[in-house]
Amino acid sequence: MAVKTKEGACRCSPIVTVHAGRENGNRGWKLMLLLGAGLAIWILLYLLVEPAANLLTYSVFQLPAYSHLGSSVAFFLYEAPKVILLLTVIVFGVGILRSFFTPERTRQLLAGKREFAGNVLAGGLGIVTPFCSCSAVPLFIGFVETGVPLGVTFTFLIAAPMINEVAVVLLLGMFGWKIALLYVTTGLFIAITAGWVIGRLKLERYIEAWVFDIKIADSPTSAQHLSFEDRVHYGLNAVREIVGKVWPYVLAGIAVGAAIHGYVPEGLMASFMGKDVWWAVPAAVLLGVPMYSNAAGIIPIMQALMEKGAALGTTLAFMMAVIGLSLPETIILRKVLKWQLIAVFIGVVAVGITITGYLFNILL
Amino acid sequence: MNIKVLGPGCARCQSLEKTVREAVSALKLDIKVEEIKDMQKIMQYPILMTPGLVINEKVVMSGKVPSKAEVERLIMNALDAERQGGKQS
Repeated sequence: MAVKTKEGACRCSPIVTVHAGRENGNRGWKLMLLLGAGLAIWILLYLLVEPAANLLTYSVFQLPAYSHLGSSVAFFLYEAPKVILLLTVIVFGVGILRSFFTPERTRQLLAGKREFAGNVLAGGLGIVTPFCSCSAVPLFIGFVETGVPLGVTFTFLIAAPMINEVAVVLLLGMFGWKIALLYVTTGLFIAITAGWVIGRLKLERYIEAWVFDIKIADSPTSAQHLSFEDRVHYGLNAVREIVGKVWPYVLAGIAVGAAIHGYVPEGLMASFMGKDVWWAVPAAVLLGVPMYSNAAGIIPIMQALMEKGAALGTTLAFMMAVIGLSLPETIILRKVLKWQLIAVFIGVVAVGITITGYLFNILL
Repeated sequence: MNIKVLGPGCARCQSLEKTVREAVSALKLDIKVEEIKDMQKIMQYPILMTPGLVINEKVVMSGKVPSKAEVERLIMNALDAERQGGKQS
């Protein structure tokens, strides 16, 4: 079940207002104080969510403790605020981290790096550089023209949309830090390996000719010095934009998850998404590749499915296929890549995800 | 003076276009604002991330959506540059 969003295809950097007046020491302190207060309130709210959810469901709404409706409602009232709170704080933190990285800087860091080291660096940078999938083309061209190897560019293009903070937060909130970490590590691993493989295949001839006719120049808007206050604003704007855009999907996903949690019998999913269903992983990947949803909609559903018996590897593979590869991005990339290269790109990533899925089903 | 907004049409790019038009009308200037959506035309300009803002064929901002105030400042800077150029010729 995919939540198709037309804006979801493009995850862009937030509005940046660079303040004309530099802060003096006073403003810096006030800001820190405000941030500290905000954090304290956040912690308080976070600790209150579970007891409040139970209180509301069982005392206020008077729903019987083990009923379908009761457990669905409690699930929803607990998960929804918790996830939104997590989203807010992590998107803010990642926003501040992102303010230190610009695409220009990433490009400079990657230019002329040798294959494998470059792939690893590109993977890491893919996570922290602000990325907009509609910028895939300018980024691709800019990278390739400055001497970033093709494989390294692909590693970046795979890592950036797949390992996004919304996905990580949701996994953290709903599955715990181990799975969130697993997701980031495997995502990185797939990005690095796939990019490296594509680099080894020497497919430069499948880049559209016009790309090489473009005159490149350093983007004049690079290297803008941001003050601490600017960075905080960057973070806050990121929250406003990302959480502001994503929250309906989060709620919808959690609602579906709550329904599955309360009403679907245990073990139902095991019959076609369980560990022993050998064709489940490739089927999940094949289903997920053409679909695009933002992480917010898919992950809450995943949790409920897993609760009912779906295997971790299968579900994770499905999620990576949905989030990591998108039809809109492929169509955009068609402008610069010939079909053969796009096919290889999708194929290598899909295979990587499938292998990962199997691995987890076997190991965990 | 001519102003071009570069972007394939995602939400950010449309947001920039709207902000630019608002800035132009707030400054009460009669400037044509052109949208460039074709990728090959966009790549005529050295940008790494869309959306991009081009004033008088020079890229003044790319990769983010500035506030209206920021756009007004960029336009005023470009106007000053134009005047300077006029004095020297």
